Amino acid sequence: MAAYLLKRLGMSAITLSLVAVTVFVLIRLVPGDAASLMLGESATEAQLEILRQRWGLDQPLPIQFLYWVGDVLRGDLGTSTRTGQAVLPLILDRFQVSAVIVLVAMSLAVLIAIPAGLFAAWRQNSLSDFLVVTLATLLLSVPSFWLGLLMLLLFGLKLGWLPVLGYVGFNEDFLRAISFIVLPVATLALIEAGVLIRMARASAIEILRLEYVAHARAKGVSEWKVLAKHVLPNAFGPTLTLIGLLLGNLLGGIAVLETVFTLPGIGRLLVDSIYARDYPVVQGCLLLTASVFVMINLVVDLLYPVFDPRVARV
Amino acid sequence: MTQDMPLLRIENLEVSAPGGMKILHGIDYTLDRGTIGALVGESGSGKTMAARSIIKLLPPGLSITGGRIMLAGEDVAAASLRRLRQVRGPVAGMVFQEPMVTLNPVMTIGTQMAEAMRLHTSLTRDEIRQRSVEMLERVQLRDPRSVLTAYPHEFSGGMRQRILLASVMMLRPKLLIADEPTTALDTLSQREVLDLMLELARDFDTAVLLITHNLGLVDRYTEHTAVLREGRVVESGSTASIVRRPANAYTKELIAAASKGDLSPPPRSGANRQLLEARGLTVSYRNRATGKEFEAVSKLDISVGEGETVAVVGGSGSGKTTLGRAMLGLVARTAGTVEFLGKEIVDDSGKANREARLACQLIFQDPYSSLDPRQRVSRIVREPLRHVPVMSDAQKDERVREVLGEVGLANFGNRYPHQLSGGQRQRVAIARALVRRPRLVVADEPVSALDMTIQAQVLDLIRKLQSQHGFACLFISHDLTAVRRVAQRVVVMQAGRIVEEGPAGRVLDAPAHDYTRALVEASPSIDPQSKAASAETARPV
Repeated sequence: MAAYLLKRLGMSAITLSLVAVTVFVLIRLVPGDAASLMLGESATEAQLEILRQRWGLDQPLPIQFLYWVGDVLRGDLGTSTRTGQAVLPLILDRFQVSAVIVLVAMSLAVLIAIPAGLFAAWRQNSLSDFLVVTLATLLLSVPSFWLGLLMLLLFGLKLGWLPVLGYVGFNEDFLRAISFIVLPVATLALIEAGVLIRMARASAIEILRLEYVAHARAKGVSEWKVLAKHVLPNAFGPTLTLIGLLLGNLLGGIAVLETVFTLPGIGRLLVDSIYARDYPVVQGCLLLTASVFVMINLVVDLLYPVFDPRVARV
Repeated sequence: MTQDMPLLRIENLEVSAPGGMKILHGIDYTLDRGTIGALVGESGSGKTMAARSIIKLLPPGLSITGGRIMLAGEDVAAASLRRLRQVRGPVAGMVFQEPMVTLNPVMTIGTQMAEAMRLHTSLTRDEIRQRSVEMLERVQLRDPRSVLTAYPHEFSGGMRQRILLASVMMLRPKLLIADEPTTALDTLSQREVLDLMLELARDFDTAVLLITHNLGLVDRYTEHTAVLREGRVVESGSTASIVRRPANAYTKELIAAASKGDLSPPPRSGANRQLLEARGLTVSYRNRATGKEFEAVSKLDISVGEGETVAVVGGSGSGKTTLGRAMLGLVARTAGTVEFLGKEIVDDSGKANREARLACQLIFQDPYSSLDPRQRVSRIVREPLRHVPVMSDAQKDERVREVLGEVGLANFGNRYPHQLSGGQRQRVAIARALVRRPRLVVADEPVSALDMTIQAQVLDLIRKLQSQHGFACLFISHDLTAVRRVAQRVVVMQAGRIVEEGPAGRVLDAPAHDYTRALVEASPSIDPQSKAASAETARPV
């Protein structure tokens, strides 16, 4: 177990270093001189030179990289060229908005999808199975922005139950904050539940065919316990992998939904910063989302042995 | 009243598929308290469906559409699921075929053993634990306390089957349904598990219903038998009378397939020259967890002459499969040499081995995974000819047709593997091996995945083709009945070494080594010569 843990941690560290290099190089590959982009066309050569010196842009790339890594390790991601804000607090603030929505939505999606998938598998080829599968397919084929817009139209405009525009932080007004995230959470949860239902159902069907399920039934174990104790733990592996991948993806990019619901999340920050060529912020966003992705996959990898004792034997 | 009734009486049982197609057409079967009976038949005979009907564990879609199943005085065919759950376990327990998938891989053995006890008894946790330990001791597992906290993947197939047996018998059921309980095990573990099972059954006064395709086992262990074919009982009665005086033609065929071949192996064809010869052959693996070297094959000398059939026998883990692969250079050897017609085979896929590779072919055990499901039979068989430049396309087509004809599949060239039965698939595998007219064929358990009568047919086919084309054969098997039919010489392997070798007749009829003797004794074949003798000694009364 300790070996497994060390191996996974080591691999995550390697991945993170590669991510850091990639992010750094990618930004440097963008054509154009960063200094002249920031100061505009009217800037003189002397002004540019001062800026380059201040930002270390006159140094060779490897040296720049070392400076940058040093700063990153000290928690300094630079300042936004657009607003002059420090990048780290900015992206953490925005990330928090996205993270709350994504995590709540995913938890809901899992809570819906696992029982639904198990039930459909248990009743494979029956009418209820057909209905569950149809609904799941429908959900996963609907574009998120469209479902979001429909939600806004119905609950925001027609019924007037929930606000249509804006966002309030949780530390400002908890109840109002909730009212702003209900619709995005619901939209995201429904869409992700579609994929998860399909996955949970498919793995559960595989397991239901196996003889240990027959063995459990032959012992007189009730159907409910067969599903909960024998099918679910064994079928959960593939679903867990999928949850990890989905979470990673979502935390890096629900820009579309954030735009539809006008939420100040990290996806929108990234898109806006790209348009504004605000490279420190872009760099920070990329680094953060990539790290989150790596971390989530690490957590998923560490969770496998909890569900399947065979995994720990590497 | 229930005292005079048999424990199990199946009357006119019908099971049907969703479309109304009948799987079982009125089965009758009776089993008395504490006795041992068998349902015998080949795949598709309905024996498993009949057995599963008793506790209504039919696959989805299938249902009981007629008849009664009286178990301990109650019609279980008509019982509710709630009532059935009280029957499953304490009244009728079941042991399944595949020990590798019958235990839940993510639950400890202790939890799984306790599951049924918690359900059906009011014992405390500690009492259940105590009983579990006792049961594991009875099935001869070492250190039962640590077994309880271990997971299934830490045990071999034979050990898992004993764990399963312990957990089912712990409830002291009145009836034990054993569905091919040892088919997935090698001959030695098979014997151990069955002996244990019947000993427990006798001690607990449990009746046993053995479901099997193996008449050798039926003859050795059971008192009465029903032979099933295509969902009907074709013959039933006392095992002794069925095995010695079968009335039905199909039963006779089954018995012939399970008999020690009075067929002597075919005479060796070809010149008396060594074809493939290994000296000091060693293959070792390193255990990744412990870093220890493990020798699967250890300093072994073996040779196959031209036209000769050499059988390599041994239990699972004896290294026989590794030996076969190392002989062909498919597994890298750690030490030693292998020569083909005096030229060394190197562990390399380069040109050096070309001649040997062209002349040696392999037949695999499992015909379900050794054929590409997306290729038609003719293409599968044609593939080995791809690197024969001297043949024109027309000649290749002609050769494929010829070989398919030889294996009795003349009109099957356009089919896909899934459209064939297990026996037909193995014929395709044989055709594929023979299409290039090899001088040596390595056959790794070529019939152990097949039904008994099909096994006999496939073995006869190999014999016939061998006398026709004179290829040599390295026949790897744990099944001595099969070995008797084809081999002139037998090599017995245990833990990577040869413990005995010699002419087939001598080794199998008068084994000199203890391990060989154990293998021969465990081998469940019917010996028509010593009729009652074996039956009397082996059958528990």
